[in-house]
Amino acid sequence: MSDHDYQPKSKVGQWFNDRLPLLTLANHLTDYPTPKNLNYWWTFGGILTFCLITQIITGLTLAMHYIAHADMAFESVEHIMRDVNYGWLIRYIHANGASMFFLAVYIHIFRSLFYGSYKAPREIIWIIGIVIYLLMMAAAFMGYVLPWGQMSFWGATVITNLFSAIPLVGEGIVTWLWGGYSVDNPTLTRFFTLHYLIPFLIAGLVILHIWALHVPGNNNPVGIDIKKPSKDTVPFHPYIVIKDGFALLMFMIVFAFFVFYTPNILGHADNYIEANPMVTPAHIVPEWYLLPFYAILRSVPDKLLGVIAMLSAILILAALPWLDTSKIRSAVFRPLYKQFYWILVADVLILGYMGAMPAEGLYLLIARVATAYYFLHFLVILPVLGFKERTLPVPLSITEPILGGSPNLEAAKHTESKIK
Amino acid sequence: MKKLFKLILILSFFSLISAQTFAAEKVDYLKTDWSFKGLFGKFDRAALQRGYQVYTEVCASCHSMKYLSYRNLSEEGGPEFSEAAAKAIAASFEVTDGPNADGEMFTRPGKLSDKFVMPYDNVKAAQAANGGAYPPDMSVLVKARGGGVDYIYSLLQGYQDPPSGVTLDDGVYYNKYMYGNKIRMAAPLSDGIVEYGDGTNASVEQMSKDVTTFLMWAAEPHLEARHQMGFKAIVYLIILTILVYFSMKKIWSRVESEV
Repeated sequence: MSDHDYQPKSKVGQWFNDRLPLLTLANHLTDYPTPKNLNYWWTFGGILTFCLITQIITGLTLAMHYIAHADMAFESVEHIMRDVNYGWLIRYIHANGASMFFLAVYIHIFRSLFYGSYKAPREIIWIIGIVIYLLMMAAAFMGYVLPWGQMSFWGATVITNLFSAIPLVGEGIVTWLWGGYSVDNPTLTRFFTLHYLIPFLIAGLVILHIWALHVPGNNNPVGIDIKKPSKDTVPFHPYIVIKDGFALLMFMIVFAFFVFYTPNILGHADNYIEANPMVTPAHIVPEWYLLPFYAILRSVPDKLLGVIAMLSAILILAALPWLDTSKIRSAVFRPLYKQFYWILVADVLILGYMGAMPAEGLYLLIARVATAYYFLHFLVILPVLGFKERTLPVPLSITEPILGGSPNLEAAKHTESKIK
Repeated sequence: MKKLFKLILILSFFSLISAQTFAAEKVDYLKTDWSFKGLFGKFDRAALQRGYQVYTEVCASCHSMKYLSYRNLSEEGGPEFSEAAAKAIAASFEVTDGPNADGEMFTRPGKLSDKFVMPYDNVKAAQAANGGAYPPDMSVLVKARGGGVDYIYSLLQGYQDPPSGVTLDDGVYYNKYMYGNKIRMAAPLSDGIVEYGDGTNASVEQMSKDVTTFLMWAAEPHLEARHQMGFKAIVYLIILTILVYFSMKKIWSRVESEV
């Protein structure tokens, strides 16, 4: 049923809906035709929504007890952990929730890379996604500063100092960011303010992300355009709702394990030492989810170029819809791309590992090779592959590969073998 | 091929975590059975009480524990001293209070609501009394060290004569488990330095284990509640997941597709 035909059954509903079509929206969300062949990698969108809501709710609760002051922040966190009712639970959900959020977003991004979900007509969805990802990194970084431990303080010092690489105005910008001549109380209070603001910006962008998604509809593992609604689709409710729910519950089990049994394993021990500007920790390491970019930053010998490389590594993703020249979306039908895809996954993981290691000797060498490969993948391999790769025949509808042996597929295979 | 990659992916993720956690040099710490580890881990109540004794008689002369209050000693999941005993412990400390109606500061016996009295007034005083080294606050010490309880437990037993070739300055000691092997704290424990009320033999090993257990509780006072709730939460989630799985199968049986 198309959105325009929808009429609420009750008189009151009609009266309300004529003035504010919320019921039409609800009906659209319920009926939204979704490809029926979506696999579990597609459930991470729903999981990410859950993560965002969890972070906002636990964050609001924490903010009621947290004190954003350099002399009191560390103590107020201990107050939350000890004396606030279930404060330990709320804080551990929030802290581990950040890691879970990034775990889910990385799966979500790499799913998109595998199935070509960023390609036309979904470029805007993808670019909004990249902006959300950037905001997530900013929010997570500032959130890590708030407990005012050693890693908070020194992480903030290292990251804000990156801006000093900007020629001429760099130093001035850093002083402006700090609100003084070092990371101190003004830095903490503004980071707290921004940390509070950003999740709501993300929430707004998530709405746009979903809106933009609902225009062309979901991509799917086969990567072809489908007719909507048709035999190839199912209504969002109840089919996708229950499937997303099932996947979310599985995700929550992993989440709960971290929260209840190893709540500190993803953090750094040094952050339980109160910030001390006079003592520098032996290794300043960002949170695990930022490590690949940290490795790229450090593998360039020049500071300014390092910062540029790190930023480009993220921003290059926004150009991906145009860097990938292949007409075929899904890697299922791109035998070569599929292999390069997995090499890229390994490359990013290697970068992450190197980011945690000291930047010296063999570690640095590997990090440099991996950095070079990262850019090579996006700037050379992807554009060339689109022209050179011999892709597999793509089915004409989703139903085809599921039922098998459709005449179209057979015909396609036949032509393919003739060409060979 | 695909499965192999997935395996590599999962392994890399966990190596990433461990790489970060144990980024410092790997050391083989002394091992012991901690009662608080595992799904149902709980503190050994007697060990916590003995550990408090070691802390208060040995450690507390230099190390503060500023985020704990005397009331914590009688709370559930901790050493669980009786309230009367905790009150008596609190009262044995002199607490500075005030100002009173005349504007004067005064001292009074401690109450349950007081924070643990600190051995020094401030960091500078602590440094001055300890040859420039600051004895760290012990409230979250276990969580603030990479090896956690195993590290503290090992460190307390890691004092040795320096190997030949290593010279130590005055007031510096050699410890096998300390980062860089040089520590400004003299070996705090020696056999029989405290006399346990319950008749347990106060060996260095025993005291190390007891006081480390106490420090773990000090850093994670709600650990028992966390483990109990965690088990319930995960069992609940698993049951719900199974139910939702079958509902999903039922719903999806209406369409020709797999889930």
